[in-house]
Amino acid sequence: MTAGLEIVAPGLGVSVQDAGRHGHRAIGVPVSGALDPTGLAAANLLAGNDAGAAGLEVLLAGPVLRAVDGPLRIALGGPLLARLIPRDGPPRRLAPWSDLTPQAGDTLQLGSPRGVGYLAVAGGLQVPAALGSRASYPRAGLGPPPLQAGQRLPCLPAQDGGQPDVQADPLIHPDGPIRVIPGPQVGHFTPAALATFLSEPYRIGQQRDRMGIRLDGPRLAHSALGADIVSDGVTPGAIQVPADGHPILLLADCQTVGGYPKIATVIRADLPRLAHLQPGDSLRFATVDACQAAAARADLARRLRAWQASIRPRGGLTDSAALLAANLAGCAVRGDEDPLPSPS
Amino acid sequence: MTGHPRLLPLGDCAFTVELGQIIEPATQARVFGLVEALQDAKAAGRLPGVIEWVPTFCGVTVHVDPDLADPEALAASLLALAREARAQPGAGRLWTVPVCFDPDMGPDLDAVAAARGLDRHSLIERFVAREFTVCMLGFLPGFPYLSGLPAELEMPRLATPRSRVPAGSVAVAGRMAAIYPWDSPGGWRLLGRTPLRLFDARRADRPALLAPGDRIRWQVVGPEALSAQAVR
Repeated sequence: MTAGLEIVAPGLGVSVQDAGRHGHRAIGVPVSGALDPTGLAAANLLAGNDAGAAGLEVLLAGPVLRAVDGPLRIALGGPLLARLIPRDGPPRRLAPWSDLTPQAGDTLQLGSPRGVGYLAVAGGLQVPAALGSRASYPRAGLGPPPLQAGQRLPCLPAQDGGQPDVQADPLIHPDGPIRVIPGPQVGHFTPAALATFLSEPYRIGQQRDRMGIRLDGPRLAHSALGADIVSDGVTPGAIQVPADGHPILLLADCQTVGGYPKIATVIRADLPRLAHLQPGDSLRFATVDACQAAAARADLARRLRAWQASIRPRGGLTDSAALLAANLAGCAVRGDEDPLPSPS
Repeated sequence: MTGHPRLLPLGDCAFTVELGQIIEPATQARVFGLVEALQDAKAAGRLPGVIEWVPTFCGVTVHVDPDLADPEALAASLLALAREARAQPGAGRLWTVPVCFDPDMGPDLDAVAAARGLDRHSLIERFVAREFTVCMLGFLPGFPYLSGLPAELEMPRLATPRSRVPAGSVAVAGRMAAIYPWDSPGGWRLLGRTPLRLFDARRADRPALLAPGDRIRWQVVGPEALSAQAVR
């Protein structure tokens, strides 16, 4: 038997993701991949993997997993807590931004992140790849199907002797407006609509999944060119506005083409921030140019490198220090409640 | 056509090269020509940072790794390619697609016929008499947008989309026909169903059966052609 993670309870909004399925958009295949690639990268780096190895993305409610034929070395990235219930021994809490090596038969309960969290396994999840990626896109049967109880995600067993347990600082995304480049169809909106879009706050609506987020806020009026365009290419981050005037932010699983005018497109460096927006959160937009977008990408890469330099062996006390740091930094891990489901 | 080609930014990782704003054969031919020019330029190493491109009705969206591309140089290259690209008729394959027009498979057949003042048989006759061209793939992996629908069969989308359209459904909306490769929600009007498998990730060289520029002829088949497919 190969080592693996058995799904005890599938959670909600949980899927296998990696760095995405690139090169097939011409045949209508979305890019998919982690909504917050830096969160997945962090989990992978803690587990000793390449940044884009396949891991589990938790968008709503964490799954319950059991290590089979282990041990397995796992790590958490993003605002995600976990509880390890050893086969024999008291439960332990696993802080975000750290790793752990469950033994065969140990159970792992993942919490419900405020935002999106990632679990990586040393070696990466060994589910079969489709079109060069292990990312799950169930609408077209690409990558693993939606998680089900009893399903097993194959993994590589942890090395004997293993690595020391590690932890790192929280990787915090900056605040401030979401940065966009206007267009491609900015001319399909009145000047007043563009001014509104760039000055008024918008709120994350209830409809939010891996394809996109509906935004509540002032309606954006279309110009005489109207609310329909001949379908053209879209990409994650594009903000399309249908006839009702309410913008939709496209995310990783979005279609490759679309027929609504796009007022602006979020720059790549801010895509990870979109992943953590919750229904009810408010956001603002600000325009940047290509040079500023390049500087923002460089800054994001720099912050990920700095974060990587904070990976260190874990001591007993620093567990709670990491939790506290996450809490103080507003990283959405609350200390005043236990987000984990109770064991049953 | 004034103002074309023009380059529209799609964030910091993509550009859309717009060649027109109306779906028409001349623009479509320029799209196919630009795709060929992009293939040649990329093969010659002249498009650093370009990952992939998506041909659409009136343009091509080019996706790039912005850390490997010089945006200004790339913008200039793309516009130059678009200006120089020769219009090309669809040079793709010709497919014969079997379709069953049994009313069970095409639940909108009679409504479309009635709306256009036709009976079911003359509707089917008009539909299958035409050769269609794959303009682009999108909406779902392998989903072909097909031009060639006779004007007298044009119909708006359903006001309320179906929550589930079965895979293989042959459908019309606006000036287009399409085939659903997957079970999916959808608002197109369903005329029939094909047993053809339009997308298979295991076909590594050609996961999508159809490609932009391919042409399609319909072949009427009975429901038994589909029942064999049901166990695939």
